[in-house]
Amino acid sequence: MRILLALLSGGLFGAGLHISGMTDTGKVQEFLDLFGAWNATLAFVMGGAIVPMAIAWRMIPGRSPLAGGTFAVPQEHRLDNKLILGSLLFGIGWGLIGLCPGPAIASLSYGGWTGAVFFITMLVGMLIAPFMVRRVDEMYTRP
Amino acid sequence: MGASGIIGSLVDQNSGAATSERVAFLFALVLVPALLQIGSPVDIVTIQPPLPLICAGICVGIGTRIANGCTSGHGVCDISRFSVRGIVATVIYIVAGVLIVFALRLIVGEL
Repeated sequence: MRILLALLSGGLFGAGLHISGMTDTGKVQEFLDLFGAWNATLAFVMGGAIVPMAIAWRMIPGRSPLAGGTFAVPQEHRLDNKLILGSLLFGIGWGLIGLCPGPAIASLSYGGWTGAVFFITMLVGMLIAPFMVRRVDEMYTRP
Repeated sequence: MGASGIIGSLVDQNSGAATSERVAFLFALVLVPALLQIGSPVDIVTIQPPLPLICAGICVGIGTRIANGCTSGHGVCDISRFSVRGIVATVIYIVAGVLIVFALRLIVGEL
């Protein structure tokens, strides 16, 4: 049941990314091209995704998931350097090529090597991130 | 919670009991666009020079893990519950993206 729901969610997410154009790197870069030929359409994709999600968050309190377990609600509220630096790095990579993690995974389906190289290097980045965080933490806590 | 968290916790081997769900989610995330692509091919991932491609992939990988979220996590899941962290993260990565695209236009002209 849980696997089936996960398949359904992933499939819906993939279909949404494909149909809305989030996997089209040119379109993503046009969306970020605020000072050029700005194409605002992807703002509606994000807005369109936020609306049902906001309704879902409203419905969560007092309920439990149909497939068991509990709803995962992030508990972190601090605005720390990690959030700021990480988002900066992410934005740089996103603007450079036009792929963020969801579409990068979906882009594997198109068979081109661009998506595959991006996907693999993204995994490498994800692998080394914890070591970088530990290194920086050590630098600051050293007496 | 978003795409980067779903794949990132697999990479970190932190996904625990939810591993099979995460794999199923990712499998369908690749499969469905592949099927749609057969039915209605769209203009997709533009071919990019290798060096920026590699740099961008690493930046996105490190950035989303350090910040603990990407477009779907901070952008959609967090903003929709009016999380300040999500809003701050989204503003920062969009501004960074806009500045990079602006710089790219100055350097290479047309994208």
